[in-house]
Amino acid sequence: MTIRISAPSSANRGDVIELKAMIQHDMESGYRRDQYGRPITRDILKYFECHYNGEIVFRAELFPGIAANPFLSFYTTATESGTLLFRWIDQNGQTWEEQALLEVT
Amino acid sequence: MSGKQHASTLPGLRRRALLKGALAVTGAAYLPASIAAPEDVDAAVAELFGSRTPQPGKVTVKIPPISENGYSVPLSVKVDSPMTAQNHVVRIAVFAEENPIALVANFELGQRAGKASIQSRIRMGGSQRIRAVAEMSDGSLWSGYAFSIVTLAACVV
Repeated sequence: MTIRISAPSSANRGDVIELKAMIQHDMESGYRRDQYGRPITRDILKYFECHYNGEIVFRAELFPGIAANPFLSFYTTATESGTLLFRWIDQNGQTWEEQALLEVT
Repeated sequence: MSGKQHASTLPGLRRRALLKGALAVTGAAYLPASIAAPEDVDAAVAELFGSRTPQPGKVTVKIPPISENGYSVPLSVKVDSPMTAQNHVVRIAVFAEENPIALVANFELGQRAGKASIQSRIRMGGSQRIRAVAEMSDGSLWSGYAFSIVTLAACVV
């Protein structure tokens, strides 16, 4: 699972910053069929969360209508220095995480 | 069925039998009962938001007018909101009326978002309207939509 995060490393207090997160995942919709006509089982990421110093600032519930290698871009207000935690949870409960440090001046 | 073009080469009865046979074959082998039919968007909206009806306005949905690849269509949703503690967006739900599951994504935001703007990439199972419904902190619902012609549809069979 390759995860790519785009977040500023520093910001002024009160700035609205853009956060971008992408993870490598097929997001198998469950509607496709293999070469023998058998349905391919659904396998998708169900949730994405962004925690800012432990507090959830953005959450997404994902469905098969989200493209493979889900990309999400959203905003948050820089309030204090700390960590941004990005977490993906798949339909079986498996999680993937990535962190970014943010310095607020 | 474009039977007319071949009318001169095949006698009527035989042609009909052939067509029936062809239908039976394609029907049985390639169109299983589980084929994904589009879901009703209004029902999906009601399931998520209850009996409240969204008013048009405040929500701007952007997708390319023509999408060559329905497997990945860039989507942008912006909601006109000051994003203060008293007045902010709490949820943005995206619906695709031609997809087997109308609800594409359900984003939860808060006053800490600073800006009610999200971007993602979605799948589109055909040319259609993409609708976004935003729920405000006061409970009101607003909606907006955009249309895209999809050349290669995604994920339906």
